[in-house]
Amino acid sequence: MPTRTIAGKTVTVNDEGFMTNPAEWSKEIAAELATEEGLPALSEAHWKVIDFCRQEAAASGKAPTLRQITTGAAVSTKDLFALFPKGPAKKVARISGLGKPEGCV
Amino acid sequence: MKSLVILGAGTAGTTVANRLHALLDSDQWRITIVDQNETHYYQPGFLFIPFGIYSKNDVVKPKRDFIPAGVELIMSPIEHIDAEHNRVTLAKDRRILAYDFLVIATGCQTRPEQTPGLKDGAWGHTIHEFYTVDGAVALAKHLRTWRGGRLVVNVVDNPIKCPVAPLEFLMLADSYFTEHGLRDRVDITYATPLPGAFTKPIASRHLGDILERKSIKVVPDFLIERVDPDARRIVSYDEQSLEYDLLISVPLNMGDEVIARSGLGDDLNYVPVDKHTLQSTKFSNIFVLGDAASLPTSKAGSVAHFAVDCFADNFLRLIDGLDLLPTFDGHANCFIESGFGKGLLIDFNYDVEPLPGHYPLPGIGPFSLLQETEMNHWGKMMFRWMYWNLLLKGQELPLPARMTMAGKMYR
Ligand SMILES: Cc1cc2nc3c(=O)[nH]c(=O)nc-3n(C[C@H](O)[C@H](O)[C@H](O)COP(=O)(O)OP(=O)(O)OC[C@H]3O[C@@H](n4cnc5c(N)ncnc54)[C@H](O)[C@@H]3O)c2cc1C
Repeated sequence: MPTRTIAGKTVTVNDEGFMTNPAEWSKEIAAELATEEGLPALSEAHWKVIDFCRQEAAASGKAPTLRQITTGAAVSTKDLFALFPKGPAKKVARISGLGKPEGCV
Repeated sequence: MKSLVILGAGTAGTTVANRLHALLDSDQWRITIVDQNETHYYQPGFLFIPFGIYSKNDVVKPKRDFIPAGVELIMSPIEHIDAEHNRVTLAKDRRILAYDFLVIATGCQTRPEQTPGLKDGAWGHTIHEFYTVDGAVALAKHLRTWRGGRLVVNVVDNPIKCPVAPLEFLMLADSYFTEHGLRDRVDITYATPLPGAFTKPIASRHLGDILERKSIKVVPDFLIERVDPDARRIVSYDEQSLEYDLLISVPLNMGDEVIARSGLGDDLNYVPVDKHTLQSTKFSNIFVLGDAASLPTSKAGSVAHFAVDCFADNFLRLIDGLDLLPTFDGHANCFIESGFGKGLLIDFNYDVEPLPGHYPLPGIGPFSLLQETEMNHWGKMMFRWMYWNLLLKGQELPLPARMTMAGKMYR
């Protein structure tokens, strides 16, 4: 597995740039990955979604799908797209240091 | 006497009924299978109906013809599954079936009503679909007199059964309009919620290139919010808008309502299972085969077949008191029809994405992976014969259930 340095920390990533070990994640890493994804500074609304995804992944072992996020974090699909434009589930998963959501096979 | 009940007599249910009927001692086991519908549809054939290659008659046969004598077939809607008490309630006569083991094989269906504007007045006129036999037949009729314009194919959301079917539809449309001398008057666009033509990166690149060569435009990351049928446009959650003259929708796919009513499903009514044994994560005497299961692999007939292979072996272990083996690897093997008498083939599992190479014999084939060949087209056309004559009858196909790396190439 390749590694890379984000926010001063060396972490393992897969070839699509998703971190492979959620335990290596930190809030600073999230901020830097968010900038890479072209997002502005992370707001409270962003963190609510990120926190939910981290918890969900800790419980189920995988990144939640878009549908699970909208139901679980009580955010509308529309708002989720405004927060994380273009493919929100994938974007949140990457920023939250989780693997790629399995929804799409 | 022990009782095994199978819910759904589609691809997975019929195959497993045949397989287990042959393997289990009929003095000790009673097998019952339930379905609401007399007709078995060869769903992969729906793809060919809009283009006049198959007719409805080519894709239907009576379910009864495929259920072995000795297995009881009950025609009835399934009302409820009471997993705590090992019983199922049927709609017909409110009959109750008690079981020792249950196989859920109720598949998944399209739900156009889940997308605002999709099923309004324009459904069947400027909006069509090909995931049901009636939809495919109506579309065939529409295409015969269509004069061209902007054709948009849209997948509402994933997972869908046969995730390559929309790509095949696009490529067959290109071929069909070319043959009918209309291609220069038809604009073909594919609006998909995925970041590219397909889910896995290498296949996505190969297939994306092929679509580009065929002048089929891909609009990625398009998650539809609503259809505006009067303005004839589809609008995504992030306000991208695409205009069409003819919209071909692959509506949201969901597991059957009986799964929701019985409290057994996730948000899309798919039943959570162990991905290597297909055993329900909640009830150890329930197994889920085919599209009804929540699994990170394609929802396809070939997957259902490989799943039955692994499950049947494991079931024999289970009833002899042995542990289940984690044998199912998510193996999928799909022919992709690409128009002009050619096709592609992809072969993959949970861990290995579709790669180029040859199948099933390394270096020889006769099928080529991720490449357009005439042989692959014949493979697809032969699949119908294999489906009715070998697969449904539970016979072993001359292909291994687990994926093999032999013949595949990393580039
Ligand atoms: C257009 C199209 C193209 C496809 N192309 C391919 C292909 O090329 N290759 C491939 O491998 N696969 C393909 N597939 C997918 C394949 O057809 C399915 O994956 C396969 O049929 C799944 O089998 P199943 O048994 O899980 O579900 P199904 O075969 O759909 O069977 C489910 C059964 O359950 C019954 N049922 C459901 N709910 C109830 C209830 N409440 N009460 C009573 N009965 C119920 C239904 O009547 C049905 O008979 C395609 C599908 C489509 C739509």
